[in-house]
Amino acid sequence: MGNSPPVFKQILSELGYDVVVPPPPSRRTLDLGTKYAPEFACIPFKILLGSYLEAIDLGADTIISTGGVGPCRAGYYGELHRGILHDLGHDVDLIIIEPPLKRPADFLRAMYLLFRERKAPLWKLPDIFWRAWLKLNAIDCVEKASHDIRTFEIDKGETTTVFRQCMEILDAAQSKIEIKEATDASLELLSAIPQDRSRDPIKIGLIGEIYVVLEPLANHNVQVKLEEMGVLVHRSIYLAEWTQNNALTNREYDVKKAAEPFLSELVGGHGRNSIGETVLYAQKGFDGVIQLAPFACIPEIVAKSILPYVSRKLNIPVMTLFLDEQTGEGGIRTRLEAFVDLLVQRKKKKEGQLACVGI
Amino acid sequence: MRGYLGVDVGSVSTNLLTTDEQGNIIASLYIRTQGQPIAAIQEGLALLKKELPADFQVCGAGATGSGRTLAGVIVGADLVKNEITAHAIAASRLVPNVQTVLEVGGQDSKIIILREGVVTDFAMNTVCAAGTGSFLDHQAERLNVPIEDFGTYALQADNPVRIAGRCTVFAESDMVHKQQLGYSLQNIIAGLCEALVRNYLNNVARGKDILPPVVFQGGVAANIGIKAAFEKALGTPVYVPDHYGVMGAWGAALLAQENMSTGKNGASSFRGFEAAKLDYEASSFDCQGCPNQCEVVSISMEGKVIGRWGDRCGRWENMLGNT
Repeated sequence: MGNSPPVFKQILSELGYDVVVPPPPSRRTLDLGTKYAPEFACIPFKILLGSYLEAIDLGADTIISTGGVGPCRAGYYGELHRGILHDLGHDVDLIIIEPPLKRPADFLRAMYLLFRERKAPLWKLPDIFWRAWLKLNAIDCVEKASHDIRTFEIDKGETTTVFRQCMEILDAAQSKIEIKEATDASLELLSAIPQDRSRDPIKIGLIGEIYVVLEPLANHNVQVKLEEMGVLVHRSIYLAEWTQNNALTNREYDVKKAAEPFLSELVGGHGRNSIGETVLYAQKGFDGVIQLAPFACIPEIVAKSILPYVSRKLNIPVMTLFLDEQTGEGGIRTRLEAFVDLLVQRKKKKEGQLACVGI
Repeated sequence: MRGYLGVDVGSVSTNLLTTDEQGNIIASLYIRTQGQPIAAIQEGLALLKKELPADFQVCGAGATGSGRTLAGVIVGADLVKNEITAHAIAASRLVPNVQTVLEVGGQDSKIIILREGVVTDFAMNTVCAAGTGSFLDHQAERLNVPIEDFGTYALQADNPVRIAGRCTVFAESDMVHKQQLGYSLQNIIAGLCEALVRNYLNNVARGKDILPPVVFQGGVAANIGIKAAFEKALGTPVYVPDHYGVMGAWGAALLAQENMSTGKNGASSFRGFEAAKLDYEASSFDCQGCPNQCEVVSISMEGKVIGRWGDRCGRWENMLGNT
């Protein structure tokens, strides 16, 4: 999902496994997943299934994935994936890592399976995980920097090219010092991109379900598209941050608190977060919010039905994009452009630049 | 004479329009795209030229519609804009205090909410309620009623039939069933109009605050049956502009006018009406540069590549320089 695969590759290969990294999700991945998944499964399910099948093609015999809790189907996906893969005749092990805080027994079992064959000595484990953690943070940090720059780049597309180089540099970094150096080198490369800082961009917050927010294939690369239109985009979820706030500790009080006046219940997935984050974006003076949701995702549908009220109450426009394998590129682009136009118009009007009609 | 050009390339129709320097429409054209946008744009340019004074000079061109990128490259537009903004601009030029724009075209349906001249919300058909124009076209043909008379038939109904309108495929099968029960053509057509309007209001306009004045535009606005059904459902008069079918193109022309007056770019990059005679060719290939395998489309004019798009990383687009 997103830029995280190199980190997991590093952990597992240092534990002594041969690691197969499936190619980044592509149309082909989605086609494969769609072919074998239940029709009304959501797009994360389909992309994951496609990726598993691609990994199996490359020789994988064990698949490691994460589970979930609460009223969202994701908690059951591992079982379903396993069933589908076995029905297709693939004799693979599927190890599902459950959240350690909420499902300790399952988590420990997965850990047992995971470490059964490890070749690395026990005393090395803290170091392996610590470096992986540093790398995950480094990736997030470099990605955030790229988002801060793309909006202001003078040559369209340059940030994307440089960012890809940065990811290669980070991928090669192994030791703590190398990771630090790679991060610095990446940040330097990015900051050398010619920028026009005189622009006064509008600001959009991206919210929604974690997988479609993080995976560019699922969301048609909305963040980059918006940035190339000259919008400053803040994404509510980055993987390291999220892992820290959810799986390891429980530190999302501010989001939950912000959501409370509108939705005080857990509705599964990221439903409550979507509300809370919208409230926070409105308080921080953002011009608009875009909700990304897998088609038929119940938690996001619940959030969507509350969002118009939040939007009116806090005076912040919200647009929802439902995504699945049927989502067309043209439709997404038209909606994004129109939404940006709407926000620009509003902003100009607020600043008194707009007499009456026009853009 | 000087003026502006607007081109709206949709799935069903291609509209071209010219305005004078003040933005008033002086000539407009509505032709079928027939799956060949390039040919339609060229044909449109040639036809439009005939209607214009010989000394007409285009000092700004705008493109919109689902084929806007292509149209922009072919005519050499100064501005390429999405159809939602274009429609909103045209509607608010005509009715300055408009608060709701209903737009039903060949494939897409939209609703645009404006307050004090500013777009505050919009929606486009997502799951269904699509293809209303094409669907009506198809049904007119099946029922052997000229599409122009479709609305008149609807108005003659004394007791419209209720037709299930979740999506056009279901509407069609339910309509056939009602025909076979023996309902009159008028009542069936009126029922169909009401079903489509109900579907639009439940799917596209869901949750939107529809306030008057309401403007109804897009090709389907020609259908007085649909207009009447909207009025009945909303309980408010619905205003259909004279140029309902070319409002998108008008919006594009108005935006081009504004762009040229505020922009720093002096001369228009319009290729001239001669573009109708040039030889354009579109081709595509799958880029093998990375696992994304984007499908890259390239358009060439007289053998020279003038436009490329579709690649996520911009490597092909950027090869053109600043086209």
